[in-house]
Amino acid sequence: MFDQPLSKIIFGRLTWESFPIHEPILLVTFAVVVLLGAGMLAAVTKYRLWGWLWREWLTSVDHKKIGIMYIILGIIMLLRGFADALMMRLQQAMAFGGSEGYLNAHHYDQIFTAHGTIMIFFVAIPLIVGIVNLVMPLQIGARDVAFPFLNSLSLWLTVAGALLVMVSLFVGEFSTAGWLNYVPVANAENSPGVGPDYYLWALQIAGVGTTLSAINMVTTILKMRAPGMTMMKMPVFTWTALCSNVLAIAIFPILTGAFALLMLDRYVGTNFFTNDLGGNPMMYWNLVWIWGHPEVYVLVLPVFGIYSEITSTFSGKRLFGYSSMVYATVVITILSYLVWLHHFFTMGSGASVNSFFGIATMVISIPTGAKIFNWLFTMYRGEIRMELPMMWVVAFMLTFVVGGMTGVLLAVPPADFVLHNSLFLVAHFHNVIIGGIVFGLFAGMYYWFPKAFGFKMDVFWGKIVFWGWVIGYWVAWTPIYIVGLMGTTRRVRYFDDPTLQPYFIIAGIGALIILVGILAFVVQIAVSIKNREKLRDTTGDPWDGRTLEWATASPPPSYNFAFTPVVHDIDAWYDMKKRGAARPQGGYQPIHMPKNTGAGVILSAIAMVLGFAMIWYMWWLAALSLAALFIVAIAHTFNYDRDFYVSVDEVERTEGEHHRLATAGA
Amino acid sequence: MSKSSLSLPARTKHLLLVPLLLLCAACQGEVLNPAGDIARQQRDIIYISTGLMLLIIIPVMILIVVFAWRYRKGKGGTYDPNFDHSTALELVIWSAPLLIIIMLGALTWSSTHLLDPFRPLDRISGGKDAQKPVGEPLRVQVVSMDWKWLFIYPEQGVATVNELVLPVDRQVRFDITSTNMMNTFYAPTLAGMIYAMPGMRSTLHAVLNKPGTYEGLSANYSGAGFSDMRFKLHGVDQAGFDRWVAGARGSGKALDLATYRQLEKPSEKVPAMRFAATDGDLFRRILERCVEPGTKCMSEIMAHDRRGGGDPHDMRPGAGMPGRASQPPHGHKPEGAIFKSPSEKGSGPNVTKPADPNKASGTTRPGAPENRNMTAIHPVLAPLAGRDAAA
Repeated sequence: MFDQPLSKIIFGRLTWESFPIHEPILLVTFAVVVLLGAGMLAAVTKYRLWGWLWREWLTSVDHKKIGIMYIILGIIMLLRGFADALMMRLQQAMAFGGSEGYLNAHHYDQIFTAHGTIMIFFVAIPLIVGIVNLVMPLQIGARDVAFPFLNSLSLWLTVAGALLVMVSLFVGEFSTAGWLNYVPVANAENSPGVGPDYYLWALQIAGVGTTLSAINMVTTILKMRAPGMTMMKMPVFTWTALCSNVLAIAIFPILTGAFALLMLDRYVGTNFFTNDLGGNPMMYWNLVWIWGHPEVYVLVLPVFGIYSEITSTFSGKRLFGYSSMVYATVVITILSYLVWLHHFFTMGSGASVNSFFGIATMVISIPTGAKIFNWLFTMYRGEIRMELPMMWVVAFMLTFVVGGMTGVLLAVPPADFVLHNSLFLVAHFHNVIIGGIVFGLFAGMYYWFPKAFGFKMDVFWGKIVFWGWVIGYWVAWTPIYIVGLMGTTRRVRYFDDPTLQPYFIIAGIGALIILVGILAFVVQIAVSIKNREKLRDTTGDPWDGRTLEWATASPPPSYNFAFTPVVHDIDAWYDMKKRGAARPQGGYQPIHMPKNTGAGVILSAIAMVLGFAMIWYMWWLAALSLAALFIVAIAHTFNYDRDFYVSVDEVERTEGEHHRLATAGA
Repeated sequence: MSKSSLSLPARTKHLLLVPLLLLCAACQGEVLNPAGDIARQQRDIIYISTGLMLLIIIPVMILIVVFAWRYRKGKGGTYDPNFDHSTALELVIWSAPLLIIIMLGALTWSSTHLLDPFRPLDRISGGKDAQKPVGEPLRVQVVSMDWKWLFIYPEQGVATVNELVLPVDRQVRFDITSTNMMNTFYAPTLAGMIYAMPGMRSTLHAVLNKPGTYEGLSANYSGAGFSDMRFKLHGVDQAGFDRWVAGARGSGKALDLATYRQLEKPSEKVPAMRFAATDGDLFRRILERCVEPGTKCMSEIMAHDRRGGGDPHDMRPGAGMPGRASQPPHGHKPEGAIFKSPSEKGSGPNVTKPADPNKASGTTRPGAPENRNMTAIHPVLAPLAGRDAAA
């Protein structure tokens, strides 16, 4: 039926071949996903949770719930991205001495592409945006973000992008062109299939979400801080969130532009990045890396903020060198624009250009080094409580300095000539991404989990997660560093030299140890929920915190603060505690809050259909969904029923309950 | 190679590398123990910069552990909650990394210029031979194709596929381009990698100092056949090189247009091949994307554009631009997806069949079509398969 001209018009290039009917790996995965999905849908239906899900979560504009949903998205996608990693490790551990392993080139290429794409765009970004969403408005004493509906739209656009990537697993294929969809591999001539189109549409849709979210966060930080909180009294996490989102606003349009040009090449037949007719593939590399390198800092800066908050809290000390920390953050923000060319020193730029970008890259290590020293001297003469979040900080510092060192080494162009595209490079960026970003995200999740849900996470399983990740990281990546120094390069499917095999087997074992950490995390969540009454924190301030998010109840009421706090010091909540400020018990006012709306979910669902239709050349559906997108967006602007007041009664009840619990627990 | 141990010059700065070397006891690969002077200098840069950075990294790591241990709650360390600023300490914090970076930056600036791949060599090897005169370079033109390497020796008039033979202790100048994908030309023992890019030429100067057989590869992912984009690098003495050239000339098969067309098609696991004669202009025409007779070279198009483009006799405004229906001067006009008729849309298959280890003949039958679902080159083209060629 798919071969008739009519069905070509209806279904585009979707045919029976597009489904993995004969592929055992995918078929089993597909069956498991369908079973799990059907089970979850049945459970939601059985317990009549659809209404609750829609009212309380899907349509929510509450920054805390949106943050939590971002984090859930990140964790789910981490499982997918890590499954890809395990498949790669298994392939590379077995493909020696004439064996080609168990993956063919086309499949293997899709896996490493999907792994990178998912881990950066759908794990790291959602987790960071989620934590910023959850924490930052609380830290600045705001009741929500500046644009609550936009926040919901950003989340669901990101989800739509992630879903498109997941759909590509079962319908058609994903890109084989590397995590940045490099041309010439991704050109229409070399990859006529649906893979690069899946990539482009998924990332364009999610990218709009990320850009909007960044605009939202910057506006929130600039305009909605509590009275008294001048820029130099902002918590460091808020500072890093500000810098990170300023960076994101500056760079995501470049990525969107580069992808749009590649889309024009593929859909309209232009020649921006083609080999012939005046196109230049090298230009694409420049554009994606002008996004790509600052993106590293978009991810790592908020994580530096997380480390700062945790080090200060668990050392029982104000952060050492607050202003130098802020300046270091700002300097990194600016310098990160000036280094992208170090991703292709070997493309034949002149020696002076290479030196400039190499030295600029090294200069970034100065403020980064200053940060490490600041954390170090925050611990100095402190009273360090080695709870879960702090354990991650120490592991991070020890791991990250090695990644920083190999990074500076790669910034020396003559060294980069031999290490570029090697597994040494791959080990380096996993060193900074796992050792820097992932460790920090875990630290942050453990630190703020009691704030989000009102109970701490289980410590025993938390330690298994910790040691699984830390030991697993070092076992998995040390051998990769070594084979990289021996001249082994990346994205290779099998190897000739049998002496390399032990290293890849050790790396595979390391990945399995990390798997233990990941599975223990899932168990930990379940155990913590089960034992939530034992782990309950009624005070709202379980760690003896220092910033404003600990001033309110856990979980915070929808309006965050009954009264907007007034800030006198950098560590505002610590300052209040020290001065013995009392919680107000009356005189409440009605609180003006935004109403939930389903427009974000609906718009994103339509955007996803639009993407799917464009990928498969179903032009009629694309036109229809584009029209629907405009109609719904315009219709939403006529929705004037957007706000409501939380009544004094309700505020009084909520605050009274919190006060009763907090004083009873104390 | 694997038997020779890592020999370090007895210079003290290298002592700093002991921790790294302990970590890396098995590092006898070609990166850290190369046979070429350029690669050796690049390795030294790795050692020196790592040593410089360890000056600061090691104390920091020790301090992290010490502080984390000593100031644990209940351990009785001094507790001073108000210690959050110290100008002297801040100065140290910022200036210590700065000093290291100044040193490293100076090293970077000078080494990047000295080891610039475009720059002709000023010595053939280090040590006592450093004063030996550097002669004219041997020229080798390198073309990355999907998925094999074509090496053209313009002065000798011979060409090879996936086999690079170099005389030792002689400067070589590589001119590098690509037919389609972006690859990097990388022989770890010889020098660092340089991109091979379509329509662009990059250059690398290097020298091989020890005879032997080494590995070469593409280090930049370039599609399905990428993992097999490997070649053997044979280092021979001058007499051996001359013999090899004579042998290649005698093999009889010329790299003519028909052969080139076949070679340019995507193929994997291609065995080494030699060609007795080549067209001296071939590399330029590959670079300028005009190998096919009748296509205009890039330089011609640019010259034409500089004169105003379009019809040189038509002076109306805008006439210099090609019309929408006009055919491009070279290449074929690509068709965007939205202009395709329904029957041209094709199908988007899911191609993820697991590789059957019994079915893929792998290295035993290079280029065999069952290896993968790609086009294979005909073995007829291989006049001299085998890897023992240079002896």
